[in-house]
Amino acid sequence: MAANENNKNTAIDVKGMIAKNKQGKSLSSITEKLIPVVLFLFAIITVFTTVGIVITLLTETIEFFKRVPIWDFFTGTVLKPMSQNPEFGVLPLLNGTIISSTIAMLVAGPIGLMAAIYLSEYASDRVRKVLKPMLEILAGIPTIVYGFFAFTFVTPLIRSIWPDVAATNILSPGIVMGIMIIPMIASLSEDAMSSVPNAMREGALGLGATKLETTFKVVIPAALSGIIASFVLGISRAIGETMIVTIASGSSKNFTFDITQSMQTMTAYIVEVSGGEAAAGTTIYYSLYAVAMTLFVFTLLMNLLARYVSRRFREEY
Amino acid sequence: MSLLTVKENMVMVNNGNIDIASSIANNNVVFDTKELNLWYGETHALKDINLKIKENEVTAIIGPSGCGKSTYLKTLNRMVELVPTVRTTGEISYKGQSILDKSFKVENLRTRVGMVFQKPNPFPKSIYDNIAYGPRIHGIRNKKILDEIVEKSLRGAYIWDEVKDRLKENAYGLSGGQQQRLCIARTLAIEPDVILMDEPTSALDPKSTLKIEDLVQELKKDYSIIIVTHNMQQAARISDRTAFFLDGEVVEFDVTDTIFTKPNDSRTEDYISGRFG
Amino acid sequence: MKYLNADQVTKRMDGRIAKNNILKMLFLLATIFGLIVLAILIYRVVVDSIGWIDWNFLTGRQSTDAERAGIMGALLGTLWMMLVVAPVTLILGIGTAIYLELYAKKGRLQAIIQTNISNLAGVPSIVYGILGLTIFVRAMEMGNIILAGGLTLSLLILPIVIVAAQEAIRAVPGFLSEASYGMGATKWQTIKNVILPAALPGMLTGAILALSRAIGETAPLTVIGIPALIIPFPEGIFDKFTALPMQIYYWTIDSSLVAEYANLAAGTIIVLLVLLFVLNSAAIFIRNKFQQRF
Repeated sequence: MAANENNKNTAIDVKGMIAKNKQGKSLSSITEKLIPVVLFLFAIITVFTTVGIVITLLTETIEFFKRVPIWDFFTGTVLKPMSQNPEFGVLPLLNGTIISSTIAMLVAGPIGLMAAIYLSEYASDRVRKVLKPMLEILAGIPTIVYGFFAFTFVTPLIRSIWPDVAATNILSPGIVMGIMIIPMIASLSEDAMSSVPNAMREGALGLGATKLETTFKVVIPAALSGIIASFVLGISRAIGETMIVTIASGSSKNFTFDITQSMQTMTAYIVEVSGGEAAAGTTIYYSLYAVAMTLFVFTLLMNLLARYVSRRFREEY
Repeated sequence: MSLLTVKENMVMVNNGNIDIASSIANNNVVFDTKELNLWYGETHALKDINLKIKENEVTAIIGPSGCGKSTYLKTLNRMVELVPTVRTTGEISYKGQSILDKSFKVENLRTRVGMVFQKPNPFPKSIYDNIAYGPRIHGIRNKKILDEIVEKSLRGAYIWDEVKDRLKENAYGLSGGQQQRLCIARTLAIEPDVILMDEPTSALDPKSTLKIEDLVQELKKDYSIIIVTHNMQQAARISDRTAFFLDGEVVEFDVTDTIFTKPNDSRTEDYISGRFG
Repeated sequence: MKYLNADQVTKRMDGRIAKNNILKMLFLLATIFGLIVLAILIYRVVVDSIGWIDWNFLTGRQSTDAERAGIMGALLGTLWMMLVVAPVTLILGIGTAIYLELYAKKGRLQAIIQTNISNLAGVPSIVYGILGLTIFVRAMEMGNIILAGGLTLSLLILPIVIVAAQEAIRAVPGFLSEASYGMGATKWQTIKNVILPAALPGMLTGAILALSRAIGETAPLTVIGIPALIIPFPEGIFDKFTALPMQIYYWTIDSSLVAEYANLAAGTIIVLLVLLFVLNSAAIFIRNKFQQRF
């Protein structure tokens, strides 16, 4: 009885409180309407970021092309921004970027894929649970640390074996960049391979195939789109990587294919020019944006390609 | 209690007599399983299995889900080892060779003992490449010979006429029933002695099921077939001998007619009359 | 008629199995290769910094004299910058995630924002530097102060924080919010009292990991223009500054002039790695301790 009484009392109380609350409803309904607007404004900031990037790059790049013909920029093999008669050919930078990325992918592609094969096809669950997080530590090391490592350890090591290599060269940062990208390729390729159904593996093993034959003739072809996407993302990462090449490859603007020599990448050029004395309004200053625009378009295309590949060629089992 | 054991023993003896009587000689046994025990981690999945499986016959293994019938089948080509925690004791000999020995190469075993799986699992490749996969890994490179193998295997699985004009098309364009016959053809292409079938029709419609059953009858002339099924009518229709598994043990193994008409064990009778499972 | 010769198949099998075993070792080696390099890298850095990390190094002012140089200024610069990055990315990141997951109608606008976010995640960090230089440093006339650097890095890691927060929200089971709505709660009340508390550990874990990415970022700061030598300690977000990765950068490239700078760079790397280790441990701790399992 007493308990019942009590219940009734609280019930009345709650009702009273709700009623009281409803009087303040105007305020809370304003909150209800305002919140989504504010949150939308937050969300739109990411769009503004992209628009900001594109507009700044575009306007200043157009300004640059008013001073340097677009044809000269994209076909010029001479880059002498500081000289009395400056020349702004981007090919030395493109060359440096492509060569360093190629070296990086020659390291990261095979090693990353082999690591993915081991983790996905050979390693037991226990081993994988230990190895995978350890590989991810490698991906978490700041690139500046890799730059230090390339400059103070890998370059001297290469020079002790191959004395022709210069103190700043494209080979050493290329290799170190490759090491940095290994975890990315290993992890993404492993994801692609692990998502191949076990029934495929059983089908091959049941015919007397070895694990190796199962992997190369069934699992990898089935996971190919994901593997290719991981490679494309790796290339994109290498193209955009800045500190390792800035530190270890120096700033030579020679148009050369000699990997023992210093070469400048697009990213390293941006660091050099923006960190230097290039005053706003000079042609050098605008060249910064033209190079950054080229870099931006390159990496964007790579990222779109990676997404296209992994969508378009997704296998259906 | 003791009476029951005595009765069981008598049955065993009786069974043994039938075995000897019905077989021309004891050396046409493909798989001789002795005291096989198998554990998944701590789970005792197969208990003291003793079975002699004969050549050029269809042997059906029936029993309720979880009774160990698929596990036993997968032990015969050591596919069961894909589960990392598996442990076995006892012996299985395949034509006199002890296959559970670690020194026995599973790849060699699996080229002699092919397998067809519960769900059709063609590779995401063309029909042709699916069939040619096995011969290729086993060293056949000659295009003409591969062509012949592909045709022979597809004919053997009664699917040639349906696919001969689209050999280059992806196998996933086929219907479920066709995919399963393709998988059978893929197994035939490595020219095995034994074909293991793990509930090959459980994912198929009745029409496709009948086609596969007819196919099994044909294949029996050239191959020894061991088929796991939970469809008792299917076992009765297509098999020569039937083993009834329950809780990881072989309750009864006999000529199929006997199992379905006058089983010796009351549990077998309960199962086939649909009282459990 | 048989096409396969069983004897030959068996004969070839040993070779095939041997090939499998050899390549398996090679694959294992490839997996371990990265770890070996990691070990060498850490070993090198530790050896190079031995004898250089002392009280003066940790608390001293910057100096061209290697014996006297300290990193307190860079450490404070990094910490001040994180005081900008952390609240900005948390508020914008979580807000955006809530909008996209709980308010936005599935349609073109939402798809555009979502695609845009994943594209932004692939933009090289140096391009953000150019954006920061153009917008914050020049157009808004902030100059190369902590706030400009912090905002630039905020934009850089925002996509990572958003995606992590979205995943955290998606992991909150629907029955929780249904229960809240069922009691007559409004949408915002439900988000504030039910969804956010449940998703917060996941959001924080993602945000801390993103923050540790920001701490190590160097390229955008080089573009914004950080002076190589700056003696006074920063006292607020409007001061000029240097940061740990910038200090590593300058000391590394100048180590060809003054060899001891390499030791200073190594010492700074140790401090940076310790900072990252602490942050990552915190993230893992939060994930394990507070993540609810539904």
